[in-house]
Amino acid sequence: MAFVSSGYNPEKPMEGRISDIGPRDFNEFLPPVLKNNFGQWKYHDILEPGILLHVAESGDEVYTVRCGTARLMSITLIREMCDIADAHCDGYLRFTTRNNVEFMVDSKDKCDGLVKDLRSRKFDGGSFKFPIGGTGAGVSNIVHTQGWVHCHTPATDASGTVKVIMDELFEEFTGHNMPAPVRIAVACCLNMCGACHCSDIAVVGIHRKPPLIDHEYLDNLCEIPLAVSACPTGAVRPSKVEVDGKSFKTVAIKEERCMYCGNCYTMCPSLPLSDKEGDGIALMVGGKVSNRISMPKFSKVVVAFIPNEPPRWPTLTKTVRKIVDVYKAEANKYERLGDWAERIGWERFFEKTGIEFTPHLIDDFRDPAYYTWRQSTQFKF
Amino acid sequence: MAKHKTPLLDQLESGPWPSFVSDLKLEAAARAKNEKNVNYQIPVEVCEDLLGVLELSYNDGETHWKHGGIVGVFGYGGGVIGRYCDQPEAFPGVAHFHTVRVAQPTGKYYNTKFLRQLADIWDMRGSGLTNMHGSTGDIVFLGTTTPQLEEIFYELTHDLNVDLGGSGSNLRTPAACLGKSRCEYACYDTQAICYDMTMEFQDELHRPAFPYKFKFKFDGCPNSCVCALARSDFSVVGIWRDEIRIDQEAVAAYVGGEFAPNAGAHSGGNWGKFDIQSEVCDNCPSKCITYADGKLSINDKECVHCMHCINTMPRALMIGNDRGASILCGAKAPILDGPQLSSLLIPFIKVEEPFTEVKDVVENIWDWWMEEGKNRERLGETMRRMGFQKLLEVTNTKADARHVQEPRHNPYIFWKADEVDGPWERDVNEYRKRHQR
Repeated sequence: MAFVSSGYNPEKPMEGRISDIGPRDFNEFLPPVLKNNFGQWKYHDILEPGILLHVAESGDEVYTVRCGTARLMSITLIREMCDIADAHCDGYLRFTTRNNVEFMVDSKDKCDGLVKDLRSRKFDGGSFKFPIGGTGAGVSNIVHTQGWVHCHTPATDASGTVKVIMDELFEEFTGHNMPAPVRIAVACCLNMCGACHCSDIAVVGIHRKPPLIDHEYLDNLCEIPLAVSACPTGAVRPSKVEVDGKSFKTVAIKEERCMYCGNCYTMCPSLPLSDKEGDGIALMVGGKVSNRISMPKFSKVVVAFIPNEPPRWPTLTKTVRKIVDVYKAEANKYERLGDWAERIGWERFFEKTGIEFTPHLIDDFRDPAYYTWRQSTQFKF
Repeated sequence: MAKHKTPLLDQLESGPWPSFVSDLKLEAAARAKNEKNVNYQIPVEVCEDLLGVLELSYNDGETHWKHGGIVGVFGYGGGVIGRYCDQPEAFPGVAHFHTVRVAQPTGKYYNTKFLRQLADIWDMRGSGLTNMHGSTGDIVFLGTTTPQLEEIFYELTHDLNVDLGGSGSNLRTPAACLGKSRCEYACYDTQAICYDMTMEFQDELHRPAFPYKFKFKFDGCPNSCVCALARSDFSVVGIWRDEIRIDQEAVAAYVGGEFAPNAGAHSGGNWGKFDIQSEVCDNCPSKCITYADGKLSINDKECVHCMHCINTMPRALMIGNDRGASILCGAKAPILDGPQLSSLLIPFIKVEEPFTEVKDVVENIWDWWMEEGKNRERLGETMRRMGFQKLLEVTNTKADARHVQEPRHNPYIFWKADEVDGPWERDVNEYRKRHQR
């Protein structure tokens, strides 16, 4: 493995340096049919789940085939996508915000050939490489984070939980059988990279034990004031400890104040908090981002803790399935999960889904908590 | 023969959904075979070792990645996230496993030439594993070693004419919906402004000078496909001010069942015949739509632009012609003070090149936030700490009833001296002449 230089000279880092050039101009990558009809689209139809038709004022048509992918993907798979795009789409493709890949063609015939090709491709293990769906009133692909694959603060894995949930909800991804779109997100810790906090169903990794304190190393690895100020509840304070007769500057943690957010660990690697039994998943539901019918809203915690059960997280998938099934049976057409829960009342939501309501589900974090308690005798028995 | 046994991960190869484990194995095998004779610059077994360390996490329920170190490219304070494995002896291939964020083309459109070039760089100088794309929107190159960072940056900029994305306390890579390129709802050119502002603020994107991260996202309409108002400090959402355009013939076609409602989004359910009264009129949040004698009418003055009627009958109803955007500020995920959605700052602004009006708003906000924001305090948190009025002041925005869901619940009102009649500074002895101690 001999080192191969790109041309960069570490002795003269500024020589020929190119910087601040930004992304490539998107105009280079628009398929001709989109370029020709830019800003002139008239209407669209979803011909079948995952297959969109957009019609322009000019009468031009573009057929889009949307396929789910795992967000974590290899260049081998990307090159295969390129082969498909070269064979069917004049070498153009795009990705969506929710980790789908879209192949676009300008005629129905090409679309049929493309769909056939995509459906035929499978991984050696048997799963589809390019399942078609993720449109309309169905479950769209999951937006997620890195999890155990690459993150330093996760309380669960993301790629694995996504895989098992989407296996479970595969028919909902490839179909239009829900009352309204169902957007699912997975975040492996409370940082919630991704729009987890406003999803119909949000899977969030949580820790349940306070950080360990690596007293002998802490002062060498962290700025103690930063670790102290990182805590949103004031649980961390500067302190000194004796270890084997030696005195160390460190921190102390008021355990009853700690809500295990991990923010101190982000600032200070000597405060790790991952723990096999302590870590797991909080399940949140009923958020949305769209302004359609009702305003955007946050997801609410309905299950305070589900243990990590790798590799297939059976309790998690069973709980998600139950919520999805009850919602599907009960909600009105166009009614998002959160709108349905609000219409019937959260007390009914717990009754219908069979999820136990526990004290952990009552908000106790600062001012917003009060606004979630009930100041009324309007409730259901 | 795989380097590590992965009995737990192997169970994620079954089931219909694309298996990332199968894909990892595919890449591992491709690297082991090396059919193209690539001169791999990082350990060949990187994918094998990633599977190995992930299997370990599946066994012990804990991550094996350490904190990022401070790694990056010369002159930039972001774009690379350092990552080290805490079991380097067992998994040397991923001992150093840094992420490189690459700026994505707006709308995430690609041609295969560019994608293949990206793949070639990453084949030779990285793990061959990516995220398409990260949550913020970047192309994510997942896993390389420190000596490769400058080489990758050199090749990206010299050969591919593309730059790194943002990370750390700077402007993060802006993102937009696909807008006018393939959507009839786009109220402005989301891609054009996103690209323009990304180029304008390259310095802010690469050299952290902010209290914390700052995100722009551009949605073309209130459907919010890139979730701007949930995920960005500065959310631009397309909107129109005039009348929704109506094609009565197309309305009749929906009523008559010739066109499927909502573009066919409910094709798999048993919803029965389309009922325009219950499905469109009754669902209108401001009840401004009526259907009578075969004619649909909208009282546009009362419309709240929720998109429901337009989404339900895309061939019959079209966004208005007087188009622009609303600007909302301060969305963030829960860390640190709980989640926030963006709050409305500017109800309507025209979004036209060179986008000066929008940029002025951004720069005024930055001047204030960089002055007042605490370390790791997002704009939304600064707004909560200092009050919404402050944001109005620094952006020269006139208070408007649209800014609130409802007026304040308490009369704890701060008044400025010049808002109150009579002198502000008073003499207590003068007061005591009128009121005994």
